[in-house]
Amino acid sequence: MTDFNLIPLLPEIFLSLVGMGLLIVGVSQGNVSTRVICWSSAAGFVITGLILLGIGWETQTVLNGMFVMDKFAGFMKLLILTGLVAAVGLSVRYIIQEGMERFEYPILIIFAGIGMMIMVSANNLLTLYMGLELQSLSLYVLAAFHRNSMRSSEAGIKYFVLGALSSGMLLFGMSLIYGFTGSVDFTTIGATVNNLSAIPFGLTFGLVFVLAGLAFKISAVPFHMWTPDVYQGAPTSVTALFAIVPKIAAFGLLMRLLFEPFMGMSEQWVQIIYFIAVASMVVGAFAAIAQGNIKRLLAYSSIGNMGYALMGLVAGTAEGAGAVVLYLTIYMIMTAGVFAVVLSMRRQGMAVYKIKDLSGLSQTNPGLAYPLAILMFSMSGIPPAAGFFGKLVVFNAAVASGYYILAVIGVLSSVVAAFYYLRVVKVMFFDEPADAFDGGLPFARRAILFISVLFVLGFVIKPNIFVSSSFDAASVLFQG
Amino acid sequence: MLEIGLSHYLTLAGLLFTIGVFGMFLNRKNVIVILMSVELMLLAVNINFVAFSAYLNDLVGQVFTMFILTVAAAEAAIGLAILVVFFRNKGSIAVEEISSMKG
Repeated sequence: MTDFNLIPLLPEIFLSLVGMGLLIVGVSQGNVSTRVICWSSAAGFVITGLILLGIGWETQTVLNGMFVMDKFAGFMKLLILTGLVAAVGLSVRYIIQEGMERFEYPILIIFAGIGMMIMVSANNLLTLYMGLELQSLSLYVLAAFHRNSMRSSEAGIKYFVLGALSSGMLLFGMSLIYGFTGSVDFTTIGATVNNLSAIPFGLTFGLVFVLAGLAFKISAVPFHMWTPDVYQGAPTSVTALFAIVPKIAAFGLLMRLLFEPFMGMSEQWVQIIYFIAVASMVVGAFAAIAQGNIKRLLAYSSIGNMGYALMGLVAGTAEGAGAVVLYLTIYMIMTAGVFAVVLSMRRQGMAVYKIKDLSGLSQTNPGLAYPLAILMFSMSGIPPAAGFFGKLVVFNAAVASGYYILAVIGVLSSVVAAFYYLRVVKVMFFDEPADAFDGGLPFARRAILFISVLFVLGFVIKPNIFVSSSFDAASVLFQG
Repeated sequence: MLEIGLSHYLTLAGLLFTIGVFGMFLNRKNVIVILMSVELMLLAVNINFVAFSAYLNDLVGQVFTMFILTVAAAEAAIGLAILVVFFRNKGSIAVEEISSMKG
């Protein structure tokens, strides 16, 4: 017990205390305190972020090597906390409008957030599993949070069943990895893998199972079946959370796992990730074309986007990893903005989700139409919006490692994807106006939309702030 | 006399895991059966961990099993809770009924 140093754990500890404290407040005050608890939890995330910035990000492992804090973990945690603040900010008005303002809502988001932060800092299969389950169990409940809605509870069941299946597969893979390397510690596993003269079949098998389990969590094809249904059924504010944050955590986990302990087996996993990336991009592009529901459209869009991000993993270089981090950053900020608009699609107090409902939005509500159009241009990767640069860096990394076919498939599927993003723009600007949406954009939503559009347009002026910091963070994974 | 070794335990665990996965996909009747299949998968993993732990003479595998058992209990509780919510809305927990969203 020489390394009993809890400083690197401070953000998680603080957030846990906030979560438990707010739970006590909620239990004693009841649901009238929901709004207060929501804003307190957002403040909690901000303070956690400040603590995170204060603790120093030099690489150190604590708790007997179970928990690692380095620049990569720090950067990913900062992204996660930003996403969580945005998710809570987007939710407050919506959960009140939908009559589901119960105080558990923000508290579940806090606990999911702790799980995600543990995931990106895991340096041991056990830590990884506990973080992942803390996150998943909270998210299952959130998906079914609208108790009186059939669709929400159905989304909860689907997410739970498929999530449990994926955890089962992940665990089965972990048990094989433990058996064939004799350890659950990433550093030891890495050393063992590097010293093996031939990779045993069982170890490859275990890695395949772990990858399958994680592919579920990032909703990559062929493990994407739950995504459209859960996105559609879950309350929209929860969909926004699903689209913005958990994927960043799962990607952080996947990158640490592949680039640290299993770098010695890259021959084996590159083929799998290659296949998953191609399948996700193609399915994400083609399946979205036929969708009439904006939430399902965004679900397929997120599947496709995960494909592009996986492309950076295939490259297997520090440049590729940096590209993934940058891509996820840009994707997160764009998606938050898009959901700020989707959450505002209400008529006569009822939420509407059809793409048709956006008809003529440029005339009835230009304040929503122009930002959404900018975000859609960015999503489809049209310069000079930020989305273009995100795609550019991942394609660049793939080409630099010699994966030309992958890059070509990526470009082609992004052309197909541009069709359905631009269709939204066409519907808003050139179709006959439908009835206007209910007015009154809450301040938080307006702020998130403004920041998102500002980022998308402003990225081109000073791209280096984000590019260098994300590449710097990812390079840590390749030092050991 | 046949000695029961690591490979026997691994085969058993592999079979149980496969039964669990198939139980999830082939069952068209009841969601409770799916929950039972999930438990079966997790228990198969536990057998794997304990067998490897004994084989490697390393305690970590058994500690891991304890954690899995705990999480499995939490997971079952949450699964049943969501199922109760679904039953209240739908009045049925047949697998075919979970299909209001498609595409």
